[in-house]
Amino acid sequence: MANIKLTNINKSYGSHHIIKDVSLDIKSGEFIVFVGPSGCGKSTLLRSISGLDQVSSGTMEIDNAVVNDVPPSKRGIAMVFQSYALYPHMSVFENIGFALENQGLPRAEIKKKVEAVGEMLQLTTYLTRLPKALSGGQRQRVAIGRAIVRGAKVFLFDEPLSNLDAALRVQMRMEIAKLKRDLPNTTMVYVTHDQVEAMTMADRIVVLQAGRVMQVGTPMELYENPNSVFVAGFIGSPKMNFITGKPADKLKAKTIGVRPEHFEFSKTATDISGTLDYTEVLGSDSFLYVSTPTGMLTVREPGRTQYKTGQKLHLKPIAEHVHRFGPDDNRL
Amino acid sequence: MFKKFSLEPSRIALNLAVLLIIGLWTFPTAGLLISSLRDKNDIAASGWWTALSSANVNKKTHLKDMADQVEKDGKFTISGNVFEGADAVSGKVSAFGTKVQAPGENAAGANAALDGGQSLVVNPDGSYVLSSPTAFTADNSGIRVFYISSQPPRFTLENYQTVLFSEGIGRSFINSLTVTIPATIIPILIAAFAAYALAWMKLPFRGLIIAIIVGLLVVPLQMSLIPLLKLYNAAGTFMGVPSKTYLGVWLAHTGFGLPFAIYLLRSYIAGLPKDLIESAQIDGANDFKIFRRVVLPLCFPALASFAIFQFLWVWNDLLVAIVFLGSGPDQLVLTGKLNALLGSRGGNWEILTASAFVTIIVPLTVFFSLQRYFVRGLLAGSVKGG
Amino acid sequence: MTAQILYAFFTVLLGVGGCFGYFYGSNWLLDRTFPANANNDASAVRNLRIQANIRPWLFLGPALLLLSVYLIFPVIQTVYLSFHDRAGDKYVGLANYKWAFYDDQFRLSIFNNILWLAVVPALCTLMGLIIAVLTDRLWWGNLAKSLIFMPLAISFVGASVIWKFVYDYRGEGQQQIGILNAIVTYFGGDPQVWIALPFWNNFFLMAILVWIQTGFATVILAAALRGIPEDTLEAATIDGAGPFKIFFRIMVPQIYGTILVVWTTITVLVLKIFDIVLTMTNSQWDTSVLANLMFDWMFRGGGDFGRGAAIAIVIMVAVLPIMIWNIRQANAEQKGH
Repeated sequence: MANIKLTNINKSYGSHHIIKDVSLDIKSGEFIVFVGPSGCGKSTLLRSISGLDQVSSGTMEIDNAVVNDVPPSKRGIAMVFQSYALYPHMSVFENIGFALENQGLPRAEIKKKVEAVGEMLQLTTYLTRLPKALSGGQRQRVAIGRAIVRGAKVFLFDEPLSNLDAALRVQMRMEIAKLKRDLPNTTMVYVTHDQVEAMTMADRIVVLQAGRVMQVGTPMELYENPNSVFVAGFIGSPKMNFITGKPADKLKAKTIGVRPEHFEFSKTATDISGTLDYTEVLGSDSFLYVSTPTGMLTVREPGRTQYKTGQKLHLKPIAEHVHRFGPDDNRL
Repeated sequence: MFKKFSLEPSRIALNLAVLLIIGLWTFPTAGLLISSLRDKNDIAASGWWTALSSANVNKKTHLKDMADQVEKDGKFTISGNVFEGADAVSGKVSAFGTKVQAPGENAAGANAALDGGQSLVVNPDGSYVLSSPTAFTADNSGIRVFYISSQPPRFTLENYQTVLFSEGIGRSFINSLTVTIPATIIPILIAAFAAYALAWMKLPFRGLIIAIIVGLLVVPLQMSLIPLLKLYNAAGTFMGVPSKTYLGVWLAHTGFGLPFAIYLLRSYIAGLPKDLIESAQIDGANDFKIFRRVVLPLCFPALASFAIFQFLWVWNDLLVAIVFLGSGPDQLVLTGKLNALLGSRGGNWEILTASAFVTIIVPLTVFFSLQRYFVRGLLAGSVKGG
Repeated sequence: MTAQILYAFFTVLLGVGGCFGYFYGSNWLLDRTFPANANNDASAVRNLRIQANIRPWLFLGPALLLLSVYLIFPVIQTVYLSFHDRAGDKYVGLANYKWAFYDDQFRLSIFNNILWLAVVPALCTLMGLIIAVLTDRLWWGNLAKSLIFMPLAISFVGASVIWKFVYDYRGEGQQQIGILNAIVTYFGGDPQVWIALPFWNNFFLMAILVWIQTGFATVILAAALRGIPEDTLEAATIDGAGPFKIFFRIMVPQIYGTILVVWTTITVLVLKIFDIVLTMTNSQWDTSVLANLMFDWMFRGGGDFGRGAAIAIVIMVAVLPIMIWNIRQANAEQKGH
């Protein structure tokens, strides 16, 4: 059981201000996902929690103890790297057991623990192999096994699925979700640039942009009540439509946001009219790209669409799903 | 690669051109190897390139005398073989004669008429028959015969026996090993630790230290000799030990080899994945352990490259050895010995060629068996000044 | 003999063991003095930080010490000696340099060195490039390259014996056993004492270094050639370029950097050339170069450290531009990381 508390964390490399005054409270046993575009500082923040990077200012607490000056190995954390960072010259057994060996545990105990983890992750038959003889998914599991075997209170994941192909990624997503169920007391912090991973796995999501926390909340909170244009645009696929001008003015907003599934078609002319430029048919859904005076809008229709390219369309947002944003791009 | 971009009109011309270049490049070494296996008289008598073909030699011998004559059907014959006897050589007779002016007067197997009705046949295998209608007397038997024999190529290991056991090359060989092995291993260890520190550890002035080391790559070695010699003498006097010791030469070779070693290894170690090092840090390994368990096994190829370089450099070095080691038999290394032989036995090619081959056989073996690593090292560190 | 081998064995063991002992011992001592293993309390954390501050210097220490003693100290000492008299006691200002400037032998050595610099790097690089291009297209190209590469493994002394044998001279009428004179006499010429021919003997010595170093140039350039993207060559063919145009306009510009590296590397080597002259002619017959001249002043005829040191400084100043270039290259490489 360990909570993580960040208070006014700042981090600079020379003149580059990477993390700007980040405060965050991560509860014990929670699965937190840091998400944001590349360069937003999410990996740096994770590395600051791990101790691989030192923070420039602010307080970092793990399990109610200030750890600013504590080296990584003494923070009670485990980390799964994007590249897995398996030691290529050591067998799976040695890879998993390396941390225990460093703690000076007796050989028999190391063997017992490694074998238990191997069983849990279905790696028993691979323990004597070298990493290069494993598939991508198996390597991923070894990397997770290395974290589990130490009984760390906090697991840190740095984009662990980005090296896998699409099918394997879905499978590993489920395995990590299962891991979370099996280890309910372990706090997990997960970094990704993929909002789908964030939505499917997180208890809470932290959206970062340019070194600042934009919003913290459960996936559905972020989806339904994004507090800024940035979060609204980042969460959800396809992206939310942003409309300015007359339709927004009517609702006393600078910008209004409407998700593609939240449009209705009208027979008569509306504020938002345009021509159908292009259609993507996916089978389950169709995406209609409509060219309007306020810009290109995306509309989702279930199943097939009856509309033809070049046809004039009249769109009407569903009132209760319209998001209103003020001049500072924040929610009204 | 650019098989389609022929620079030559035909591939035959290309093959011939490359063969010619290779011939040019290997000919000198081939001469050394072949000569070292030849008889010392042959080396001085003919060029080594003739060693593989049969050589024609003029010889003479005395035929058997009257005691061996046989009478048959009123004719007297003496038979035997020219290759029997003290100075005989095995070979093939191509021609013979009885006058010193014309040693090849008669072809082998032909019947030569001699004075007094005698006739002589010498066959290619050396057997001869001397016949006469009258009995041989002491005056007309035991005559001299000249013949031209073509000798097959002869090779011998005698030169090697001589240089290894009586010229002191064997002893020098061991001295060379005594210098070379530690002078290869010590710099590897020291440089690998330093390279790791410069690649992955937090320390002040890191950039400056790296720049200085790169700069030291091109300091001429000869420049260091005088100050070091003075230092060695002072240290020797101060501690009451001889100034010319194996320890001294190891440290000298280590010092001179370090810039290149650190340069080569640092660029390799810095290229290892950052995640691996950090993962080991999180796993609770300290830098000594990370170095031993993670970095050292992974930078084996770079270590091997440098080891070969340093081995060849130390084994082939003459200057450092003659300055920092004595010239007594217990310290003189192979290159030094060879250099001394060049002075003292300048004309004795059988000694020089065999000695030279003994000195180059070890580097050549190392080179051909570990060429892959050697080339890799060359590519990685082609700024080495030599 | 057995005693000698045993002695050698134990000496080797002692040297290598001592080195291992230092690294294991010093790190063990550090871990022992500031324990930080099992427990996680504040003292362990503090000890870890102390370890992290000390350990880099344990790793770097021996290297820095040896570099200082064997390279940095001698450089400083040599500069000092070059301004002092033969025994190194009295300050003489620039007298040693002035002497060198007017000394015939020094001028000759400089001339010879320049001759070497003009010929050897160019010839090695050119031959290397030609061989690399030719062998690249042969299935037995690698074998060919390693045969040309082989002399690089041979010591200068060994090479000298090999080439003395090539240049060997016997009086007229005798059968020549040196291949060069044999060829010359076969074609009706007179045998020559090649290494004693004034001026031209320099080139016979250079041939040895070219023989040794061409393999180096070949291997590096062959690797660079293989690194040229094939599509640029294919594009050039489609654009209608002939083989020579492809070579000079497409291939050479792409490996220009490598050619420069090979050239400068051999240039540094030539500036320091010593062994070949020592073993082939011992600086006789006007073949002296700077390094040999320095060696003679330092170690022969009683020695004049001041003059020797001045010559050493001249060599180093000549090498200096390449040293700066090297540092720049290394820095650029580091920024690229």
